[in-house]
Amino acid sequence: MYFEEMEYGKRLDLNVIKRLAVFAEPYKVNIIILMVQMFFLALVDALFPKLSQYVIDNFAVKKSLDGFWLLCLVAVGLVVFQAANMWLMIRNAGRIEHYIPYDMRKTVFRKLQELPISYYDRTPVGWIMSRVTSDIRRIGVSLSWHVVDLFWSTFLIIIMTIFMLATNPSYALMVLCVVPALAILSMVFQKKILFNYRKARKYNSQITAAFNEGITGAKTVKSLGIEEYMLNEFEKTTGQMKDFSVRAATVSSIYMPLIILFGSIATGLVLWKGGIEVSRNIASYGTLVLFISYAVQFFEPIRQLARVFTELQYTQAAAERVVTLLETENDIADSSEVVSRYGSMLESDKSEWPRFHGHIVFKDVTFRYKEGGNILENFNLEVKPGEKIALAGETGAGKTTIVSLVCRFYEPTEGSILIDGVDYRERPLLWLYSNIGYVLQEPHLFSGTVSENIAYGRHEATMEDIVRAAKTVNAHDFIMRLENGYDTQVGERGSRLSTGQKQLISFARAILSDPGMFVLDEATSSVDTETEHLIQDALNRALEGRTSFIIAHRLSTIRSADRILVIDMGRIVEEGTHIELIRKKGYYYRLYTNQYMKEKKDIFEKADQ
Amino acid sequence: MKNLKLLREYLRGSGKTYLLSLVSVILMTVFSSMVPLVIAFTVDSVIGGKPIDLPAFLKSRVDAESVLDYIRNNLWIILVVLVCITALHGIFLFIRGKYSAVSAQVSSKRMRERLYDHLQHLPFDYHVKAQTGDLIQRCTSDIETVQNFIASQSVDALQIIVQVIVVLAIMMSMSMRYTLISIVMVPIVFVITVRFFINMMKVFIRADDAEGHMTTTLQENLTGVRVVKAFGAQAFEMEKFDEKNRTFRDLTMKIVRLMANFWAGTDLLCMLQHALVTAIGAYWVVKDQVTIGTVVAFSSYTGMLVWPLRNLGQMMGFMGQAFVSLGRIQEILDSKPEDYDTGSRPPIEGEIVFDDVCFEYEKGKPVLDGISFRIEKGSTIAILGATGSGKSSLVQLLLRLYDYSSGSIRIDGMELKEISREWIRKNIGIVLQEPFLFSRSIRENIKMGGGQPEEDRVLAAARAACVDHDIQEFEKGYDTIVGERGVTLSGGQRQRVAIARTIIRNVPILIFDDSLSAVDTETDAQIRRALKERRKNTTTIIISHRITTLSEADLILVLDGGRIVQSGTHEELVSKEGPYRRIWEIQSTLGEDMV
Repeated sequence: MYFEEMEYGKRLDLNVIKRLAVFAEPYKVNIIILMVQMFFLALVDALFPKLSQYVIDNFAVKKSLDGFWLLCLVAVGLVVFQAANMWLMIRNAGRIEHYIPYDMRKTVFRKLQELPISYYDRTPVGWIMSRVTSDIRRIGVSLSWHVVDLFWSTFLIIIMTIFMLATNPSYALMVLCVVPALAILSMVFQKKILFNYRKARKYNSQITAAFNEGITGAKTVKSLGIEEYMLNEFEKTTGQMKDFSVRAATVSSIYMPLIILFGSIATGLVLWKGGIEVSRNIASYGTLVLFISYAVQFFEPIRQLARVFTELQYTQAAAERVVTLLETENDIADSSEVVSRYGSMLESDKSEWPRFHGHIVFKDVTFRYKEGGNILENFNLEVKPGEKIALAGETGAGKTTIVSLVCRFYEPTEGSILIDGVDYRERPLLWLYSNIGYVLQEPHLFSGTVSENIAYGRHEATMEDIVRAAKTVNAHDFIMRLENGYDTQVGERGSRLSTGQKQLISFARAILSDPGMFVLDEATSSVDTETEHLIQDALNRALEGRTSFIIAHRLSTIRSADRILVIDMGRIVEEGTHIELIRKKGYYYRLYTNQYMKEKKDIFEKADQ
Repeated sequence: MKNLKLLREYLRGSGKTYLLSLVSVILMTVFSSMVPLVIAFTVDSVIGGKPIDLPAFLKSRVDAESVLDYIRNNLWIILVVLVCITALHGIFLFIRGKYSAVSAQVSSKRMRERLYDHLQHLPFDYHVKAQTGDLIQRCTSDIETVQNFIASQSVDALQIIVQVIVVLAIMMSMSMRYTLISIVMVPIVFVITVRFFINMMKVFIRADDAEGHMTTTLQENLTGVRVVKAFGAQAFEMEKFDEKNRTFRDLTMKIVRLMANFWAGTDLLCMLQHALVTAIGAYWVVKDQVTIGTVVAFSSYTGMLVWPLRNLGQMMGFMGQAFVSLGRIQEILDSKPEDYDTGSRPPIEGEIVFDDVCFEYEKGKPVLDGISFRIEKGSTIAILGATGSGKSSLVQLLLRLYDYSSGSIRIDGMELKEISREWIRKNIGIVLQEPFLFSRSIRENIKMGGGQPEEDRVLAAARAACVDHDIQEFEKGYDTIVGERGVTLSGGQRQRVAIARTIIRNVPILIFDDSLSAVDTETDAQIRRALKERRKNTTTIIISHRITTLSEADLILVLDGGRIVQSGTHEELVSKEGPYRRIWEIQSTLGEDMV
């Protein structure tokens, strides 16, 4: 599937690196300094054993204290230098680790604000979320700590090798002869270990998902009495996770013992050959100690290198996914002419905007989604300013498509849509969006207070404006009954409110933004009849004098519309006012009336008897 | 003590493997601590010619000098000894690694399943009031915290402690004075570390929260993208996100700075300790007070003391966390599950009688008050009422999701409280107001209601629920996955799939808790007709706001404030002044145009 991409970058992808370089550019100096710091850290790490060697050979063996205090001073100096360098290095790397992701998140978020609705219709939110969170975090870690490990290990290996060769080439060869084995083992195991780790994370998220379902769906499980079934399903998941984790634990537990075993072979070899030579006075004690230290020390950078190489491959895959998102083509964007006249898409110059009258014309509009056939074909429609249009028809008839086209969430595949006589593609998107009052069937609120949510479309609104809007939709009373009135926190996505309450707040929000045009995807549920009646009443007042499109489910809405369009298979099959359509006794009549007519007739017949 | 009991409870069944890994830790540490001794021995006695002190009982039997001579001439022995010790070290290292992981995994698996099962059997009310996010966190990240603690941190901590003891013992046996010099920094490093990680906890939590806020802002932005666009609020959203993004960045940078102080500071102390050991050692060698081998050994041992002790502080932090998590997990297990099995299992036909039933969630606030009515087997009853009138509570009582406070509910003459909960729920199908679909295929969702039903029963149920047509329209038909990973169903589709799931069982009593609200009137009627055909004698209870739905019932109850304010057939109710007629008038205004 489209969303299950490779999570493992096989080859170095230049394009990805170029895109990443853009983000690393401002921190170029930091990164270069970081490399230098790593060189010195590795150098000092390799110098300490040399220092011990010197101490043993020049003081301990010779039994002399000449220059002892000077050397102590040098040692303390080195230690302080190392600690200071470490301190600076951590701060420097930390800065890279957190500032680059900050920039990237900012850029990606901006990109997400520009992408059209069609992108969101085909991309799961979870997918985008993990791009912005875990993938970007990984890139940050790689550009800082993986770079740290990479350079430290490389420098340390090189420096130690040089020191060893310079001190005693034949000992050096003894230590180095286990290196290939260490390197190969490390590469193989680190790859496997990291792979297992990632897979375990996946199992883990499956378990989280299962708990999520089990807990949020607990009421449903209870009502169906399927507790046992659910537990069995759950046990399958936990069983898989356990089996896998045990196997993974076996693999990673073998690695370290093997490594130290190879390390001890190197140490033993040095002791063996070195021991003979020292006792024959060919080599010094110090040299022997130095090589024993290096034999032990050599393994850590190799392990780190192997790990970093594997990590970097995952990072490349993460970066690819982020780059894919950044490079997503935006098929609904302001044209360059519009940008040059009104400013960029998200910072459009409002003073240049034309007035919005709400005269809307569909001119020979044909539309299809990326996949599939035409939803609309040569669709024509003219809506006068202030006209109230109701769209009726079965699910899938194309009502939502028409509304999405008016809102420019999608653009016509062929033909054009004119607003106030001008093709809307010649106007800034933000201008249109700012003039739409949009109320969804499933209302969406943002964390924050009630008043912040109402003022969402007009942040400069005063408290009086907010209260007035709330009163208009009859929301004021229930808001005042909430714990902190208008300052009540609504919870994540409004979770602390009922659907009906959310609906009222989203109405108030739309009214406060004082749009030139209303688009309503009407809700049929969640509100009891009397409240619904109040909303309807409020809505009629709000829609007064504004062009509006309503996907109507409620009969009362339909009745009060200036014109009803009955849509079937992407065509207007009937249009007119409610009474006209009823008289016509066509599709509309069949669609909505039989239930009510039958009911009414029955009663009157009975009353007559 | 209580904590240890919790941990033991958690590890029940894996105690032996865990113990095995702990024993391995001790053995492994003993072997790894021997390596510097071998090196010191080689340097001093084998190469340097220092006589060895053998224990008394060996002295008489073994000629130490000749042994040393033999080793001197065959130095490869050292290599073999070294490799053997390391191999033993390695074997126990493997056992420790593998079995600590196994015991953590096995016990966590058991605990996860226990939690899951327990949660499923907690009363309905628990789930109504539950903070879902908090519960999920306890079941996932708290378990993980404990799991990590068992698998690595506890074992590591033990290793450090054993290592400190063994190494200290060896060092002290070699030179008391030198040992004291070698550990001067240790207490300082240890105290700094413990204090640091206790203080850091707070900062970590704050950074986690900041990240949480940032993620929430992002998620709300993405799920609400239509609202954002329609209000042209992109710039506002960018500013909001940037603020959270920056807060998160600044907090993590604060952590980095604190960490830099800590790591560099303790590194300084540890490295000074090393330098001190080497310098003093060399000084004493010159003064003939210690041997070179001792210096080399102490140098290794110092490394085996200071660096691990620095980590021990962090381990203590983890241990605190693990015990907090254990407590949070136990809290769930301590809440009382509902009794599922006790009670009779009579055949159920579907006659329901409510006799003066009262019910309250909280004392003194009755939700239902003196409810009495009777439903004949196979008839349909409809309930109308505003939000909070008690209609959902009423049907939930029938399923024994709650127990009534007084009065009596009888099904086929049997007192409801005498019947087992499991049996009741198997025999009454309910479609909830906001039905939950599981993220698997539509087919599996429908099947879930009825054990292992055959394919044609799935199709029949879907047809009766008028959702078959919708499902066929999907590219993958019945194999379409529902939810975030697949297709998002509309409210109406969700309700109809839930209906299919419920009716697949062919239960004698069927309840619709406002579960046709998102379906249009005609489909609503069609579903009800299909249901009637499927099973003539099903007792049906329908809660709805829709007069057209209500009007066909044999009996309509109008609920207000927990009481029945009106009851009767549609015809009776519309001919009387009252709430039913008022709502009917609002809803049927359409009709006026046609008369």
